[in-house]
This record gives sequence, structure tokens and C-alpha cells, in this order.
Amino acid sequence: MIPLQLAALLMVGLAGTTVVLMRDPLRMAILNAVYALTLTILFLVFQSPDVALSMLVVGGIAYPIVLLAAIARVRSGGDE
Amino acid sequence: MNRRARIAVFAVAAAGLTALLVASVIELPAFGHYQGAYGNQLNREAVAERHTTNVVTATVFDYRGFDTLGEEFILFAAVVGVTLLLRRHKDSEDHQEVLRKADDDRVRSDAIRVVGLLAMPALFLLGLWLVAFGLVTPGGGFQGGVLLAGSLFVVFLAAGFRPYAHLTPAHWADFAEGSGAAYLHNFLGSGTRGTLESDGSMTLLNWATAVEVTAAMVLLFSEFLESYVLPSVRPLP
Amino acid sequence: MSYLPYIVAAWLFVVGLYGIVTSRNLIHLAVCLTVTQSSTYVLLLAIGYKHRATAPIFYGVPVGSRAVDPVVQALTLTDVVVSVTVVALILALTVDIHRDAKTVDPDEIEAFRG
Repeated sequence: MIPLQLAALLMVGLAGTTVVLMRDPLRMAILNAVYALTLTILFLVFQSPDVALSMLVVGGIAYPIVLLAAIARVRSGGDE
Repeated sequence: MNRRARIAVFAVAAAGLTALLVASVIELPAFGHYQGAYGNQLNREAVAERHTTNVVTATVFDYRGFDTLGEEFILFAAVVGVTLLLRRHKDSEDHQEVLRKADDDRVRSDAIRVVGLLAMPALFLLGLWLVAFGLVTPGGGFQGGVLLAGSLFVVFLAAGFRPYAHLTPAHWADFAEGSGAAYLHNFLGSGTRGTLESDGSMTLLNWATAVEVTAAMVLLFSEFLESYVLPSVRPLP
Repeated sequence: MSYLPYIVAAWLFVVGLYGIVTSRNLIHLAVCLTVTQSSTYVLLLAIGYKHRATAPIFYGVPVGSRAVDPVVQALTLTDVVVSVTVVALILALTVDIHRDAKTVDPDEIEAFRG
């Protein structure tokens, strides 16, 4: 396989491991967006532009919104 | 079982699972030597049969339309679940308090308002373009739908919660989501007849999917936003 | 070397499961679930790849040229968008649990004890 694919695969593995090992939810949300970006690059070098577009749009828009809203909600407390 | 016992059991299970996974992926064809016949045949014949140049979109909406129907209903069911969990009744005190509190959080920076004002129509047009040209170049209903919902969300970022709530009223989003799903159901039933299928029906499916995905994402964002804007919550009856 | 994509997919799967089992926060658990799910995307796309082939889009490209498999791309592309809504459902459940139990640590929630 070409070196670009090798580099992209190793970055995906590294980013995935980092997401799992990070326990603080806010930092993990940012790392999740970085992981989505590495997956987009991987899908692009695997010659799949449609899947890369999906992952880019989802990882850049939908995931950060729902994750950050849930984290902010859980942090500010629901006490009455 | 307590945490230590759980992790011990998982360690044993993970070792077995890893061994099994590695033993089975070694048996797959080596990377780059794809041997399937279905994919090669689709690449050869889809363009002439369906008059579209994007074979992936033709597969999603035509050849494997049944899978898309299943995915759309997962989308629908998940959004119904989120709505049931998070939505408050429209006339209740909580909803009024959400709108009142939202006025206190108005965006004060002029830079953000200007950039948002310019970005929202650009993103909206880009989303429409992605959906419309999904049959020719990479794109389609799924990608464009999420981008359309994102462009509506930029209104919240730039202008505050009340303009966003006026732009995406709940009854519009509910109706659009339900009708998108229903439209798919009607058409995919007749989607397997051979030569009567032309490019036209795939375009309709593409737009129905875009409407469905946009409405679903807008509903999700609205529910999460409302529960974010109102930090203290009374338990639901 | 020619099996590296499959090994990376298997690694992501097991790492995601490890995150789910040892998680102390339900939100972290939801994100580890997405890591596990994305391992299937990597596996599917790696199976469909052909050497020196391009994307299965034939705009301006003659139809007979070498292209990768479109079917696995179709399956992956719908799955990516739908998995967001499933994670949103899990996060909505988390917000609801936090409302009653005041914590999002799965080890401390009474209702989870088996």
C-alpha cells in the first residue's frame, strides 16, 4: 500500500486510542473531533469521497453539538 | 459484580476475542486484491442503466434501497426516543422559562453576528448543492441533510436561541421528519422493478432523504439546546 | 503489511470495548461506542479497496476504468449519519439519568446494580 495510506492508518489507530484513554469529557469531545478528521483523511485515501464527506460533516457538526450540549448540561447540575 | 471482577473477566474475554479476530482477518484477501463480482458488475453497468455517474449514490438509493429504508427508520426511531426523553410540553412553565432565559443570553459580539450572517446562507446553499448534485459527483441526501441542519444551527450561534427557535418551529420539524420517512416507504416498495426505474425516482428519494435527515438533525439539536439553555430542571410529571 | 488495515480495525474494536468496560462516565462510554463502531467502517472500506483504482464516480472518467467497490461505501455512508442519532439517544438517556441520580458514573448508579 502506498505510504500515505500507511500514515493515515497509524494516525487513526493512535487517535482512537487517545480518545479512549482520555477521561475528562470536555477534552474527549475535542479529541473525538480530531479522530473524525483522521478518519476522513483515511476514507479519502481509500478512494471513498462520499464516505469522507459524511464523516466530515457528521464529525464536524453533529457530534460536537450533541456532545457539548450534553456535557454542559451534566456539568451545570440538575439540582432543584 | 464489582469493578475488579468485571475488568478481570473482560481481560480474559478480550484476549480470546483478539486472537479470534486476528486469526480471521488473516484469512481475508490481502489489502488491495478485491475479489467480489457484485461491485465490479455495478461499476460496469450502473452508469448506463441509471444514467447517473455517481455509482455509490445509485447503490444507496436504487440497488440497495432496502438497506436505506432500514437506516431511515433507525434514524426516525432514535429521534422519537430523544424527543420523548427531552421534550417539555409547549405551554408548560419550563418552556416559557427557556425562552425568557434565552433572552438573557443574547450574543453581544458584532463580529460573530456578521460572520454568522454571511456564513448561514453560504452553508445553506452548499447543503442544497450537495444534495442536488449527489447523483453526479460525490454527495447526496445524507451529507447535504446534515449540512443543511448545521447551517440552521449557525443561526443559534450567531443570533441567540430565540431567532433559532422561530426559524425551526417544532411542528414543522416533526412534520418534515415524518413525511420524509413516509415518502421513502411509499416509493421503495416499487423500487425493484427493472427498466421502469429511471433517474427520476432516485432524485425524489434523494430529496426525501435530505428532508428527513435535515429535520431529524434539527430536532436533535433543538432538544439538546433547550435542555442546555435551561440549566435547572423540574422533574417531568 | 498487506493486512495492516484489518489489524487496525481489530485494534480499534478491542480498544473501544476496553473503554466501555472501564469507563467512569456515561458520556465517555458513548464516545467509546463510536470508536468501536468506526472500526467496522475501516474494515468495510479496506475490504473494498483495489490497488491503483479510483473512486466509483464516473464523471468525466470512462466507464471501464478500475474503481473500488461501491457497495461497501454505500453501507458505510448511511451508517455514519445514523450512528449520530443513536449516540444522541444514549446522551439523552444520560441527561435523564443525571437528573435523578445526580451522577454519571456507572459504578455509582443504583439502578445499574445487577
